[in-house]
Amino acid sequence: MMSCKRATEQMSQRFDAPLSLIEKMSLGAHLMMCDKCARCQQQLEQLHRVCQKRSQTKG
Amino acid sequence: MNAAVIDIEEHFETVRPRLLAFARLQLEDEALAEDKVQDTLLAAYESIERFNGQSKFETWLFAILKNKLIDEIRRRSREFTTDFDADQVAEVDEMFDERAHWVSGQQPQKWVQPESSYLHEQFWQVFDLCVFHLPKGTARVFTLRELLGIETDEICDSLGLSQQNVWTMLHRARLKIRGCLERGWYGREEIEL
Repeated sequence: MMSCKRATEQMSQRFDAPLSLIEKMSLGAHLMMCDKCARCQQQLEQLHRVCQKRSQTKG
Repeated sequence: MNAAVIDIEEHFETVRPRLLAFARLQLEDEALAEDKVQDTLLAAYESIERFNGQSKFETWLFAILKNKLIDEIRRRSREFTTDFDADQVAEVDEMFDERAHWVSGQQPQKWVQPESSYLHEQFWQVFDLCVFHLPKGTARVFTLRELLGIETDEICDSLGLSQQNVWTMLHRARLKIRGCLERGWYGREEIEL
């Protein structure tokens, strides 16, 4: 199984470039098994929304 | 005016909108952002002999501006009373053990009221601190990507970095900011509205 560190790398990369089908499947499998990474994933999405909010409200 | 002065003015006008956009993002205050960009121009005039090579002029101006913004945000953060210390946020290598699994003290914790954080002025102060606390290059790449919405290809080209390099920096930035926001804001027991 993919390590947690690797899973976080792919969670991050997903904001910048599409993952391959295999990457998506192995990340998806990891997130189903690992509640810590699933939580991390939600929080990185929250961070992304925060950044969007920051860009909209300024200047 | 000598040729060098005319030259720097011309270059500065080209870069000015981007500097201003960057300063506005980091400071709440439009007039203050203008001031900081103006200070940057003055500082650039005064130390023009330290600048060599036209291709990196923009990078050089951004570095000057960024130092001015850091000073400003530090000044504000001293006014902002909290026991939160961004220095204590773990490095990415400290978040995972030798098997690349989460270290127990570094596991993501439940976040309190994530959706209402935007409403709090202090939340944005914590956010700015977290971003400015990243290493210089990492903060720049993160800001370009997430706050200015520049595609990674363009970041690679303009900064001369490989795609893998940029992805690695963004990964580090996101995990560190996640940890920093958790420590400085979302991990708090309760937030008074």
